[in-house]
Formats: sequence, structure tokens, C-alpha cells
Amino acid sequence: MNNIQKLVLIGNGMAGIRTLEHLLKLAPGSYEITVFGAEPHPNYNRIMLSSVLAGGAGLQDIVINDWSWYEDNNIRLYTDDPVTAIDTEKQQVTSRSGVCISYDLLLLATGSKAFILPLPGADKEGVIGFRDIRDCETMMETAKTHKKAAVIGGGLLGLEAARGLLNLGMDVTVIHINGYIMDRQLDEAASLMLRRELEEQGMTFLVNKRTAAITGRRRVEGLKFADGSELEADLIVMAVGIKPDIELALSAGIPVNRGIIVNDYMETNIPGIYAVGECAEHRGITYGLVAPLYEQGGVLAQRLAGMETPGYSGSVTSTRLKVSGVDVFSAGDYKDEPGTRSLRYQDDIGGVYKKIVIKEEKLIGAVLFGDTSDGAMLFSLIKSGESVVGREKELLLGFNPGQPEASGAMMLEQMPDDEIVCGCNGVSKGDIGEAVAAGCRSVGEIKACTKASASCGGCKPLVEGLLQLYAGAEAGETMKEGICSCTTLDREAIIDGIREMGLKSVKEVMNVLGWNEPEGCTKCRPALNYYLGMLWPLDYEDEKESRFTNERYHANIQKDGTYSVVPRIYGGVTSPADLKKIAAVAEKYNVPLVKFTGGQRLDLLGVKKEDLPGIWAELDMPSGYAYGKTLRTVKTCVGNTFCRFGTQDAMGMGIRLEKAFERLNAPSKVKLAVSGCPRNCAEATIKDLGVVAIDGGWGIYVGGNGGIKVRAAELLCTVKTEDEVMEWTGAYLQYYREQANWNERTAHWVERVGVESIKQALANAETRKQLVTRIEETLSTTTDPWHEIIHNEELRKNFVQLPELKPVLE
Amino acid sequence: METNTTTNRIRIADLNEIDRRGARTVRIHNIEIAVFRLSDGSVHALENRCPHKGGRLSEGMICGSAIHCPLHDWKVDLSTGQVQEPDTGCVTAYPTEIDSESGEVYIVI
Ligand SMILES: Cc1cc2nc3c(=O)[nH]c(=O)nc-3n(C[C@H](O)[C@H](O)[C@H](O)COP(=O)(O)OP(=O)(O)OC[C@H]3O[C@@H](n4cnc5c(N)ncnc54)[C@H](O)[C@@H]3O)c2cc1C
Ligand code: SF4
Ligand code: FES
Repeated sequence: MNNIQKLVLIGNGMAGIRTLEHLLKLAPGSYEITVFGAEPHPNYNRIMLSSVLAGGAGLQDIVINDWSWYEDNNIRLYTDDPVTAIDTEKQQVTSRSGVCISYDLLLLATGSKAFILPLPGADKEGVIGFRDIRDCETMMETAKTHKKAAVIGGGLLGLEAARGLLNLGMDVTVIHINGYIMDRQLDEAASLMLRRELEEQGMTFLVNKRTAAITGRRRVEGLKFADGSELEADLIVMAVGIKPDIELALSAGIPVNRGIIVNDYMETNIPGIYAVGECAEHRGITYGLVAPLYEQGGVLAQRLAGMETPGYSGSVTSTRLKVSGVDVFSAGDYKDEPGTRSLRYQDDIGGVYKKIVIKEEKLIGAVLFGDTSDGAMLFSLIKSGESVVGREKELLLGFNPGQPEASGAMMLEQMPDDEIVCGCNGVSKGDIGEAVAAGCRSVGEIKACTKASASCGGCKPLVEGLLQLYAGAEAGETMKEGICSCTTLDREAIIDGIREMGLKSVKEVMNVLGWNEPEGCTKCRPALNYYLGMLWPLDYEDEKESRFTNERYHANIQKDGTYSVVPRIYGGVTSPADLKKIAAVAEKYNVPLVKFTGGQRLDLLGVKKEDLPGIWAELDMPSGYAYGKTLRTVKTCVGNTFCRFGTQDAMGMGIRLEKAFERLNAPSKVKLAVSGCPRNCAEATIKDLGVVAIDGGWGIYVGGNGGIKVRAAELLCTVKTEDEVMEWTGAYLQYYREQANWNERTAHWVERVGVESIKQALANAETRKQLVTRIEETLSTTTDPWHEIIHNEELRKNFVQLPELKPVLE
Repeated sequence: METNTTTNRIRIADLNEIDRRGARTVRIHNIEIAVFRLSDGSVHALENRCPHKGGRLSEGMICGSAIHCPLHDWKVDLSTGQVQEPDTGCVTAYPTEIDSESGEVYIVI
């Protein structure tokens, strides 16, 4: 067939593939498409690299179109194979591996490269940008062996990298050349508030600093600054800007300036060659954000599909910082230029800053810090260019002093249908209405159907609001997302289903509640197993196949496939005899590493699986459950037994708690601690539940965490006696077991539901008593798994290899 | 299945030595092989090394006809050894046979 034209896309990134997606919808089958990508992956969401680094998503979560998408659409794909030459005369491209293909239409979407400052030493190992999966992997790998990271550049990307590195456990210093960070997006007031917040999270800032050189031998060891000062660093991330990737275009003689020069239809001046995305320069501007690139892609797709289009005329952009715990938004011209007027609201106590900039009756810019919920609304006003006269204060404050308050729902209703809600993907309010009419009942489904909120996620609150607006009236219920991709049901629906229908096994739940994967996945199976056990403590038989490795083999799996063994040491108190026993076993089995854990116990690391039952038998101690979603440790200080400050028996209290609640299954791991006085040497206020003695009583603190995001526990109550500590702890733990989502630590749960709601629930003595009865019922069924395995041959067989038998001769 | 001089049929276990939705391992010619028994009764054998970072697949969770690596949750098809999207790679899969009368499990290598 001669009329099928050959289209070659160079660059398997966000803008190029977005263009193809559009084109495939507008004119299916009209091109024979080949894609070249320099990276070894299918098309992924580069924006989400920040979340991957920060630990919120895995690399597998960020793929936009997987391999089968290319196949399904008949696209020939070469990955890990950059195009190295374009012959514009012969209309051919050649790749590094030697593939040579001719084209009728050529699309350049090569994106950008991280700009690496040409400093002496910038080529050393350990100096990277933050641009692609490989950079992300380098950071994650480095964090395992090194401590000190420096990020050069205090802009959006730099701060997101810094936050990620912090989460990976590194010490992070951000070096910024100007006096205040994110100066391209924020004004000084907002920037200072941001800096304060990030410093509280643990970042260090060096501002007004110019880096002069990078030191070290083969690998980087530090930085030298222009003012003579120095900083040690094992990893340097350069986030000072991006540089359109135009080398290929340049060598092919395609006109470039900063980027590849294109007109309003994304055409270069060579017939048949187009450019979109960060590599393209339109009316003198190159963009570094997804929304404008997607607009360009839309125009180009229409052009290639032979449709009429008014062309692309440039974009106003908005940005949002994707760092947990800080909300920052800015859009348009937010600086106070002559001829503009602005309104500001600054609350240093609550950490909120808002500013809107108005010029000739129109909103032209906005900066929000601390509360960014109005961002999308303000941004659409900026883009629409309508007059805001008389509404200025309402825009800033959400209400007009002296006027009745406009509700959020009213504002959504008044929004015109063609207004864009998701800037990244160009999805209008009308599109979302249609998706809901077509049956979408959750943000996830709307996302899958329209792509709204699929990129930066900034518009998610608006999408949620619209879902309520459209579906709330029709369906009359709130829509939630399922617990995993095997089901559309959320936790509440599943638990109600199990209760009402009396479902008694994982398989039954999946059958009756219509799972779309017959055997579920590693997310839902353990969740169902837990929920069933929580609801029917006396008759549910735990399904070990649905438990993670650790809980099946009752030891912690380590990266090399060995396991670690942690015997229970109640309250961190042991005896010389027990220590000798542990030492003897460690010697006998050649345990490579013995370590004190953070929870005052001994960890025997590097144990071969087949040795586990033997070690357990010889230790003859109960399992310390260092491996499961259960009660882990109860850490204690010495308390009044020895300490001169102690007011209560911290060790006794801790041991009593640990003996009472050991082996308890929970939605996630649970750690406790008891301190003998408010000096709090057991660090009880960063535990899931911490008990701190006061003169004549105890304070009980809940929802603390010392992990990725440190969170101080909040006071639940103060009580007088040890018995009351036991009662409140039992009630609280059971309430958590019944209310929290699977895999939700108490810190997140407390944050989600608010400590007040928990206090209220537990304030009632009758409720407490019932909760305690239920937890005791659950605890009554537990047994020590080590003991069980030692004495059960059938269970023990899974710890050893099958003997190798002789080949059968035929 | 045809046998020729380079393939070997090796008897490795009795069916009841492997739990349903469980796995056992066996070392043959210094290769560690994981043998899985699915809920439909079939038996599959893979080299016991995840192509990602060498996780021991025998320790993972079996869901349907795939095994999830215990280290980072990569999903590997048990019949083909193919890593499922979005990750890529593959593991050597060895054909298996079950003698329906004696319940003996063979691996062909
Ligand atoms: C960590 C991070 C966070 C971000 N956060 C946000 C955000 O919150 N909001 C936002 O709007 N934007 C954000 N961005 C920017 C956004 O990701 C980019 O604007 C967008 O990806 C650019 O799309 P593109 O297609 O032009 O380039 P890319 O997505 O970079 O795609 C270009 C592709 O072309 C390939 N290529 C280059 N040369 C060749 C060749 N010769 N042959 C074959 N292939 C080649 C490259 O390897 C690359 O895969 C972020 C970027 C990063 C790195
Ligand atoms: S918390 Fe108080 S009682 Fe416990 S060790 Fe510290 S100072 Fe002593
Ligand atoms: S080693 Fe198997 S998933 Fe990482």
C-alpha cells in the first residue's frame, strides 16, 4: 500500500509518545510508525522519578505505555538505540546499532539533557544530573554505601532530588547561587517559608554560594566554593537547569537556536521534519514542563492527521513542588512588575502564604504556599484572561469579606465546560463529565479513561470535586479506589462483604466479591488474609501461602537469600545465661554477623535457610517476630530500678506489655517503648505507642514514627496505674487493628483519622472494655511459630533442599 | 517429549513433597532450581535466581501462574520464565513431568 506514509519518531519520551497517542486516535492506521529511544525502557512518566526517589512509587509504577502498547499499535520500537545520524536528502535515519530506516515524516522529540556545570572535576564518578531512570538508580545505589550528598541548584528539581536523597538516608546539603531558593517560581516571602519548612525536614542550605571546583581522586570527595570554603560530599547531583538535546538536529543541518526552531505547527524549515517537546524552540521559548509540551503534541497530531488547527501559540505555565509535607504552587507572572497590583495573605504561624497578582482587571500570576488547594482554580483564571474585578479578595481568601461564602461545589458548578482541569493532559471539565457519564466511578478510573491527573497530579483535588459533582448526584455514594488492581472494592466494602456474607477464606472472598485476577496479587492476598483473621479470630485458619516470605519462614529474608534470626528479649532485658546460649549457637552455626537491633535485641544475620530450625531448637527461645506485621519490640530505659531520675518501673512495665501483646498480628509492624521519666531515654515518643512515666502516673503517646518521615507521637491520655496502661494499650491496638488499612503504620493512620477521633472513641470505658476483650480473644489463639516448626516435620520439610536424584535412563 | 543424548530426565520428588502454592529447591549440576506446585496441580521449574538482583524465587509468593520475587516483587511467569511487564528479563524454565500413577515429579534438563 503506497499511501501509508512512514513516520519515524526519535525520542521515546513524554512529548513524542503523547503526539503518537493523539495521532493514533485521530487517524488510526495512516502511518507506519517506528520509534527510536536512547533509553532501555518503554515510555515512562519522567515527572514521577521524583516520587520514585522519594519512595512513593516503584520504577514499575511509572511506565505510561508498556511494551504491549507498541505491539498493539503496530509500532516498531528500538530501545537503547539512539539515532546517530539523519540524512535529510535521502530521508533516512541511522541508529547506533546500525539500523537504517527511511522516512516520509520525521519527528524529533529528543528532550533535554541535565546541564552539568563545566567545573573542574565535573567528570568524576559520583557527579550526576537528575533526568532519567539511570540517575535515579545511581542515587538509590549510592545511598546504600555513602552518606553525604550535595545538590547544586535550589530550584524545583534540586529540591525534589534533595528530598529523595533525604528519604534514602543521606545527609543532604543544597547549594544555591542566589539568596533564596526556588527564586524562579517564588517570591522572597514564600521562599523563606519554604526554606524553613525544608530545614525542619532535615535539609541544609548554603545560599549565595558559587561552586568553583569538584575535588576527589577518581570519585568525588567534595566541593570547593568561590569564597574559599569547602564541603565534603560523596555524591553530587547537578540540578542547575536543562539543555535542549539538539546535537543530532545540529549535525543534520536542521536550524537550531537554543532549541530546534519550529513554527506554530511544530514544523522545522525542512519539509517533513517536525520537533516537539523540550528540544523544540517556539517563538523564542523552550519549555521544561509537561503541559506546554502536551499542547504542542496535540497540535502536531492534528497537523499530521490532516486536520484544521489554529496552531500552537505558546503557553502560560504553572508549577508545583512534589515534596511531601510542603505544598507550593506558582503560576504565571507572580513578580510585582510595574503596572501590577497584588494581594497577599501571610500567616507565619500556620505556615500559609498566598499572593495573587492582577494587571488591568485580569489575574496574571499567583503564588501559594502551605495551602495550594486553590491552585488549579487560579491557574484556569489566569489562562482564561477574564476580568476578576470585584472578586479579588474572594480569590485570595476563598470568601469575600462581608459577602456570603461561595462553596467549593458552587465554584465547580459555575466552571464552564470547556475549561481545562488537567493542564498536563488537556482534559476539560466537560471531558470529565463525559467520563463519569460513561461509568467512571473513581479518580483512578477517570485517570485511566481521560488521563486527567495522570501526570503531575496537581489537579487531583479538582478531579475529585468534579467526580463528586457528577457522580454524587447520580449515584449518591462516594467513590473510592480499590485496594489493588485485582478489584475495584475498597477496604470498607471488602470488610462489609466478609462480615455480611460470613466469608471465611481468601479464595471465597475473591470469588464472591468478583476479583478479576483469580488468585489475586501480592498486595491483596496478604490484606485479605489479615482482614479475615482480624474479623474471625477464633475460626479463621491463617493462610500461609498468602503471607510474605518473612512470615512464612519466620525470619527476615536478606538480600542474598539468607535469613536473620532475632530471639525475643522482653523489654530489652536478658541474662548472662541467655547471652551465653545465643553466643554458643552463633558460633556453632558460623553466624557471620551478630548485631544489636535498634529495639534492644540481638540479630543473628546471614543464616542459611536450612539451618533455621536447628538454630531455633538450640536457642529454645520464643521468636522475636522481627520479620512481620506484628508487635515487634518494647524498648525500655532502666527506670527507677537503677536510674537516679526514674519515677516508675519502666522495665517492668515494658516486659508486661511485651508479654501481653507479643505475636499480635497488625496491619503493619508495631513498636512500643516505655520510659521511666520525662527525660524519655527509651525515645518513646517516636513509637507507635509510647509510655512515659510521670510522677504518680503514665502518659500514653500514639502515632509516633522514627522511620522515613519522623513523626512525634501525640498524647492519647494520662493514667495512674500499670493496669490502666495495659487497658488503654490493648484498646488502642485493637482499635488500630480494626480501623486501619492493610499496610498502614499507626503514624499514617493517626494522621489520616486525627488523634481526636481516636481519643473520642476510646474515652468510653465500655468501648475500651469491648476492644480489650476482642484483642484478648485474638491473642488467645497465638502460638510460637518457631516452636511449632521445630515439632512439625511437615512444616520443616520446606526448609531443606530436595536430594538430587539420578537421571532416569530411557 | 523426545529424548536425545543431551537431555536428561531426572526424578526429583514425589508430588506430595511440594505443598500446593509452595516451592522446593533442588541442586542439579550446581544450578539451584526451584520447583513450584500451583493450585491447578501443575508443577513448574525455574532456575532459582531472579534476573533483577538474584532474589531466590523459591521464597516468593505464587499468584496464579506467576511467582513474585521476595526481594522487590518482580513477577515471573512460571511456565515460560518470562519476567512480566513493566520489568524485563527472563529466567531459565525447565520442562517438568508428573507421572500420574506414581506421583513422581521429573525435570528435563
Ligand atoms: C525528576 C523530574 C521531575 C519533573 N517534574 C515535573 C513536574 O512536576 N511537572 C512538569 O510539568 N514537568 C516535570 N518534569 C519535566 C518533564 O519530565 C519534561 O518536561 C518532559 O519529560 C519532556 O518531554 P520530552 O518528550 O520533550 O523529553 P523526554 O521525556 O526527556 O524524552 C526525550 C527522550 O528522547 C531520548 N533521546 C534523546 N536523543 C535521542 C536520540 N538521538 N535517539 C533516540 N532517542 C533519543 C531521550 O533519551 C529521552 O528518553 C520533570 C523532570 C524530571 C527529570
Ligand atoms: S527516662 Fe528517666 S528514668 Fe529512664 S533512664 Fe532516662 S532519666 Fe532514667
Ligand atoms: S531480586 Fe527479584 S525482584 Fe529484585
